[in-house]
Amino acid sequence: MIEKFEEWYRNRHEYQTDWKQRNPDKKMVGFFCTYTPEEIFYAFDILPVRVLGSHEIQDVTEPHIFAMFCPYCRDVLAQGLKGKYEYLDGITIGASCIHLRQAYFSWDIHRNPGWSHYLPMPGHVQSPRAIPFLKGEYELLIKKLEEWTGKTITDADLKRGISIMNDARRAMKKIYELRKQDAPPITGVESMYMTCAQFFTDAREFTPVAERVYDELQTRKLDRPVGKRLMLVGSENDDLEFIHMVETLAEREPVGATIVMEEHCTTTRYFWDEVDTSIEDPLEAIAERYVLRTPCPSKDWPRRSRLDRILQFGKDWNVDGAIVVQQKFCDPHEADIPFVRKHLESNGIPTYFLEFDVTTAVGPFAIRVEAFLETLEAEEDLF
Amino acid sequence: MAKYPTEPLKCWSKAKELREKFYREFSEAHEKGGLRWMGSAWAHDAIPQGLGRDVKCITGEPYGASCAFDRPLSAEFLAATENYGFARDLCSYMRNYWGSILVNKYALGGEFPKADFAFSQHICCSHAKWYQNACELEGGDVPLFAIDVGAGPYPPFAPKLYEHRVKYVQEQLLDAIDWLEKVTNRTYDDELFLECVWNDVRSTHTWAKICMLNRAVPAPLDEKSIYSLYVFGTLQKSHPEFADFYEELYDEVTDRVQRGIAACPTEQARVMSDTQPPWGFLRIYRYLESWGAVSIGSLYTFGLEGMWLYDDERDEFEPRPMPAEKPKTREEGCMLLADWHLSKPEYQHFYHPEYKTRMMAAMAKHWGVNGIILHYNRGCEGLSVGIAENRLGLLKRGFKVMTYEGNMGDEREFDEKATETRIDIFLEALGLQKPE
Ligand code: SF4
Ligand code: SF4
Repeated sequence: MIEKFEEWYRNRHEYQTDWKQRNPDKKMVGFFCTYTPEEIFYAFDILPVRVLGSHEIQDVTEPHIFAMFCPYCRDVLAQGLKGKYEYLDGITIGASCIHLRQAYFSWDIHRNPGWSHYLPMPGHVQSPRAIPFLKGEYELLIKKLEEWTGKTITDADLKRGISIMNDARRAMKKIYELRKQDAPPITGVESMYMTCAQFFTDAREFTPVAERVYDELQTRKLDRPVGKRLMLVGSENDDLEFIHMVETLAEREPVGATIVMEEHCTTTRYFWDEVDTSIEDPLEAIAERYVLRTPCPSKDWPRRSRLDRILQFGKDWNVDGAIVVQQKFCDPHEADIPFVRKHLESNGIPTYFLEFDVTTAVGPFAIRVEAFLETLEAEEDLF
Repeated sequence: MAKYPTEPLKCWSKAKELREKFYREFSEAHEKGGLRWMGSAWAHDAIPQGLGRDVKCITGEPYGASCAFDRPLSAEFLAATENYGFARDLCSYMRNYWGSILVNKYALGGEFPKADFAFSQHICCSHAKWYQNACELEGGDVPLFAIDVGAGPYPPFAPKLYEHRVKYVQEQLLDAIDWLEKVTNRTYDDELFLECVWNDVRSTHTWAKICMLNRAVPAPLDEKSIYSLYVFGTLQKSHPEFADFYEELYDEVTDRVQRGIAACPTEQARVMSDTQPPWGFLRIYRYLESWGAVSIGSLYTFGLEGMWLYDDERDEFEPRPMPAEKPKTREEGCMLLADWHLSKPEYQHFYHPEYKTRMMAAMAKHWGVNGIILHYNRGCEGLSVGIAENRLGLLKRGFKVMTYEGNMGDEREFDEKATETRIDIFLEALGLQKPE
């Protein structure tokens, strides 16, 4: 069953066009950032799907986003400009960093499928004013969706949306718990396939599969050495080639590793936090969830709250080291990285820094990761 | 051959004195029993000023620009920031600023004066992070409060001014006042605050009125001079002397227009620019003038601190009128500040490049611009957001557009010769002839 995640990841367009055929009366909206309240779209019976890049070299975005912005946001735009998402009915972004919103803007100008919405999302998430503001924005979004779909929604619809998303989150968190084991039954690559597959699929179809995978993992034994337990921290990352390289190093080298945890917007920053269903007003509950989730660094101020969670992940998943990943030109993470590294290192978790582009130079990166793993060995010898 | 009479600005030396005094007062504030704060040029600076007249500030962007202007000093600051572990593609003002703390050198002489608190605003990803990190680099004991202003576009770019949006900013401003009282142990002076709010409105309104005067042919001001004048809005728009200075400047520029005094006596063509210039290479503006092309300004110099409204129906871009009444209470003062600044032209492109393209096109039309020069500024992600789409949008509307890549605060990313060559080609295309 676990292979299903890879299949969905690799064949996202096939899945999504098939979904449209199976649901001819329903709409599908592409979203660009994990600050999009998917619960509200599900309440309208609209399928929200995240648009990620394809990790292919492209030459179509240069006239639209100039080269000082992150390669990921340009890769996302390339998907639209190359016509890979012609089947979408709408696009939206819940605003986080200013890089990614450019992919949305250019897509809106040049490939607008007929409906688009820019959702202001508070930057000052540590302020008590953020939740009422966001709730006000959700009310505007709902009005616009009502006009578009001709449907009105009730609290019961919102609660249904919440439960769809919470179920998917819970299913993934249960699987993440298994990665705490000395010999995790799931690799980092498989886990990344899972979290990204959730972006691309209907959560109502994803969750039952994730639950079955969880059951299967109870008895699964992987025939591979675990090696060093690593955590990935940083910018957007769905670079499966890189993760695969790290996890297969032991086949070629005397050192090896398994990615047991990550803090990325493709993984835990996206799904870790659930909507609190004890809050009576579902819209407020959704707003609270997006305001209180682990923030993108661009929203993590005045206190750098991410650090505590990252460290806690490191401790709970018993990691030997962390690879701090930064997409080239990713200002939000660049502003945090020296402090993330300092925090982890002063708490006994060695770190290594890598800068990612659309495609990673797997060869040179292999040498660098291997060198990092060797330093982890050396540290072990010392004590 | 000179076509128009020219003469220097009378208030030039006053501008210089005011600027020097401002930076000096910041470094000397403690000696006089006062307080120092740091923050963004877009911070609602009237807020901390309600703590007392002895509260002095430094705003990061103009300070970063001053560092960049001194290229060897800037190189030292940038190297220190990189050595600390920061990426070299981050905002170059911010890196100059952090470098200044790390090297412990104040660009205006002496050691870097540590702030007592930080008060900023946030719309670009770097704004609040800038001061979060500056507080950390200054020892970790400097408290920070930042106001998120990313509350959505202002009409006509939104169907209306939604109450929850302006309230979001107003309430953060009110919270900031409570916070300031707590971290400084001072009692807040509402009367002084309201005076400062009015100064802010006065200076940002008057600056826009001054820029309107540049519609005249010949242009009374050129953009290189504008850089030395618009700066007061970025230093502290609520400063009474700066608001008064702008009123004085308005009178002087009006007089220049009436007498036909040109900034560039050979004005034959008019261009407008966009985003911050490469500060270490302002001579490119003189190079333009050697061809008879005057840069009349930009949405950046007009609208970074000047307050305007774009009128959709008339495709007009005019100074936002002063509010009918002065605010009388703290709540009204915060509401006015929130609303007034949410309409800032330079906030609108954070929500869509099309909004900026519309304002730029209106500017180009009403200021009689022949060509538009866009600086693809690698040093500022905030003001470069959507700039490539601005280019496409302006081309589509029939404007002649040139671009060049550079960096406002990191000289390693600007190629002066290559830029001059691009300028040559562009100005030739505008029908100008290379000077002998
Ligand atoms: S947070 Fe970083 S990686 Fe993610 S879209 Fe923004 S700039 Fe790119
Ligand atoms: S990148 Fe630009 S907008 Fe952002 S903080 Fe720096 S100067 Fe300001």
